[in-house]
Amino acid sequence: MNQIEATFIQSLKEILPPDRVLTSAEDIVPYSFDGTAALKQRPGAVVFPLTAEEVSECVKLARRNNVPVVTRGSGTGLSGGSVPLSGCLVICLVKMDKLIEVDEKNLTLRAQSGVITKEIDDAAAKVGLFYPPDPGSMKISTIGGNVAENSGGLRGLKYGVTRDYVMGIEVVLPDGTLTFLGNKCVKDVAGYSMKDLFIGSEGTLGIITEVILKVLPRPKARKTMLALYDSMDAAAKTISAIIAAKIIPCTLEFLDRVTVQCVEDYAKIGLPTDVEALVLMETDGHPVVVEEEAAQMMALAKANGARDVRAAADEAEGAKLAAARRNAFSALARVRPTTILEDVTVPRSELATMVAFIDSVAKKHKLQIGTFGHLGDGNLHPTFLTNERDHEEMHRIEIALEEIVDETIRLGGTVTGEHGVGLAKKAFLKRQLGEGSYELMRNIKQALDPQGLLNPGKIFDPRN
Amino acid sequence: MPSANLLKSIDYSVLQQCMHCGMCLPTCPTYVETKLERNSPRGRISLMRAVADGELEVSKALSDEMYYCLGCLACQTACPAGVNYAELFETARAEVEQAQVNDGMQRGFWRWLSLNVIFMRPWLLRVIGRVLRIYQSTGLEKLMRKVHFFGLMPRSLAALEPQTPHISAQFSDDLIWPDEVPKQSRGYRVGLLTGCIQDLAFSNINRDTVDVLLANGCEVITPRSQSCCGSLHAHNGELELARELARRQIDSFDLDNVDAIITNAGGCGSHLKTYGHLLHDDPFYAAKAKQWDKKVKDIHEWLVQIRFRKPTAGAGVGEVTYHESCHLCHGQRVVSQPRQILNSIPGLVFKELPESNWCCGSAGIYNITQPEQSQKLLDRKVENLRQAGVPVVATSNPGCHLQIANGLRACGSHPCHQVTQPVTLLAQAYRAEQQA
Repeated sequence: MNQIEATFIQSLKEILPPDRVLTSAEDIVPYSFDGTAALKQRPGAVVFPLTAEEVSECVKLARRNNVPVVTRGSGTGLSGGSVPLSGCLVICLVKMDKLIEVDEKNLTLRAQSGVITKEIDDAAAKVGLFYPPDPGSMKISTIGGNVAENSGGLRGLKYGVTRDYVMGIEVVLPDGTLTFLGNKCVKDVAGYSMKDLFIGSEGTLGIITEVILKVLPRPKARKTMLALYDSMDAAAKTISAIIAAKIIPCTLEFLDRVTVQCVEDYAKIGLPTDVEALVLMETDGHPVVVEEEAAQMMALAKANGARDVRAAADEAEGAKLAAARRNAFSALARVRPTTILEDVTVPRSELATMVAFIDSVAKKHKLQIGTFGHLGDGNLHPTFLTNERDHEEMHRIEIALEEIVDETIRLGGTVTGEHGVGLAKKAFLKRQLGEGSYELMRNIKQALDPQGLLNPGKIFDPRN
Repeated sequence: MPSANLLKSIDYSVLQQCMHCGMCLPTCPTYVETKLERNSPRGRISLMRAVADGELEVSKALSDEMYYCLGCLACQTACPAGVNYAELFETARAEVEQAQVNDGMQRGFWRWLSLNVIFMRPWLLRVIGRVLRIYQSTGLEKLMRKVHFFGLMPRSLAALEPQTPHISAQFSDDLIWPDEVPKQSRGYRVGLLTGCIQDLAFSNINRDTVDVLLANGCEVITPRSQSCCGSLHAHNGELELARELARRQIDSFDLDNVDAIITNAGGCGSHLKTYGHLLHDDPFYAAKAKQWDKKVKDIHEWLVQIRFRKPTAGAGVGEVTYHESCHLCHGQRVVSQPRQILNSIPGLVFKELPESNWCCGSAGIYNITQPEQSQKLLDRKVENLRQAGVPVVATSNPGCHLQIANGLRACGSHPCHQVTQPVTLLAQAYRAEQQA
């Protein structure tokens, strides 16, 4: 194991007070993993800076000592992006948790990287504003992690993803330089859009220490509906019809048959277990428009073969209808000891084909796969229910995953819609990107981080 | 040193069920305090798993971590994967006790005195209760406080002195007949658990519980001089003693002839419902323990299940808020029922408490073992009660009741000046019907 040197630890303690430098086994074992199944590696030390300057000092020190650095927020990532390298330095930003400013005049919000995503939206809500990206882990994920992974959420179709809300970032470069990219201006064409390079870079190009985010006026009304289908095709047709009618709903979520059955087993909310698809739909905005759109969406669902369509009268009823979707992951996660959450995404028009393909793969390899996800943006979460200690079954999962990835690429999709490449999707990246763009990415990494110190081995292997 | 490694022998799938997604983090009071992973549920589980995998020694630091955990089980409510944290946490504490990494003479003595001696002997506990009562009621306590006697004690011990529960004049056995029959029976017969601290400090709440059951047509069987349920032992790494107490509890009831065993203390109830697991290896008790688990009902849970009668008179209170006992809401998932009971009382205006299910810091004996963290949580609770701005708070566990009452008393002026329990208010309402 690549042991971290005592002199290096000593130097860290000269930069940071000793209680913000962790090295004992009991302290650092819990930093060996993130939210990704079956990946773990014990770091050499974990440090907690409070300022960008402290981050910069740590990076400079790591560079002098040639110690790899892995940046981490709350460690909820689902592709292994913040899983440490053996003996590396983990820079954990959760204590950089100051919400600096909500600017109502410019509709922006400024925060340190360690602020929890939900706190960002809560702060915006206090003054009638809205931060739309809502990844599943938003109650604990950090905004810095969201930007580094370019996280998505349930509102992708109407509101986009994290990238669409980042106006500026403060970043520590691999050589320790501290710089600010972007600003509060809606229009800004001064040179390359450098901030965009760092959004979704998964901690391989720099360490994001502060962000300026765009916020929107908060929608005044929202209406929730639930539709049940006997075929996935009918569900997909409904979605196409809704979009053809020039309606962009804020939520279009679906659960497949396996997932609905697991939800009913677990939460007993009275869902019929013989449906092929359950679709949760929401529209938000001006109350009058919301009512009109909701009526149209329900009519389109019926016209396209929904077995049953229900609309919530109020927020409380809406929450009841949303219960199935909210419980989906929990219900699946309880079935077996290991839950592997995948993230393949296809163009919206190919979604029904892809769901049917996943179903056939599950049957072929005798696997339990529950699929749920975002109908509006084609982002699927096929979820493998397994046991990581059953090596034979894990092998079958590997083969199944290969087949799913090949089909995704064939349909013009991507191996990851919102979880990132990290370690989990590394093997598939070149297949999707092709030689040219894959090498372009590696060239950029080489140019910014020639020593290969920041999160090495994530996204792609380092060049020798 | 015993060689059996408890964490290694535990069903590995229980450890493995944690997918380390992190959803427990924002609900864990110790993680929120420190923002360190080892102080979080998933961090602690990773340490347990490292011990089970032979990658980590059982150390003093591990022991400290397991005892820093409140055991509030908020993580179980938050966990998408349904991890049985209660079992993991009890096993881990038993593991560190077995490894004797934490033993000092003084700690060992107090643990032995309380867990092995006092709380194993119901008569002794009650003798101590009587003595304490005399001390409190003769003015001796006031005198000792006046002469600053406790200033002579070590500061940590002196700080605990005001937390001593006020002992009731009469215990449950003086207030409740072994078999009480309702005026109008609905055909239910239930057993009542009187608890230990509940019996000493809140025997009136046991009486209220009986009255409420009678008013709802239930015959109530209350065995004499009951033992501790063993939750104290199980939560503090003494699983063998906990098993012994579980067997005694089971033996004190005729399970085939009661419809339910009623508990009115959230902390006890959560443990009482796991005898099946605790005794699953016991050839004689395994089946009985399973039957027991099915029959144990929290009082609020039972009342709602049998569709309790809504009182027609009020309880003499206006605005009331509700603090949830962790082991009632997280441990037993009894969340809506106490609220339904409060809402059923005429004239009572129910108002939600911000962070109602956040631990108050009592957490069994946590306020004694970890006074500093306990105080931080109590301060947070008292502040939330101030936000609610309501004169009365109801709760349903003796530990929470004492802790919150102490917290409110210590801060002098506070909008909230009464701590009570939902069953007490319901009993008062039923009594008021009689007077009307």
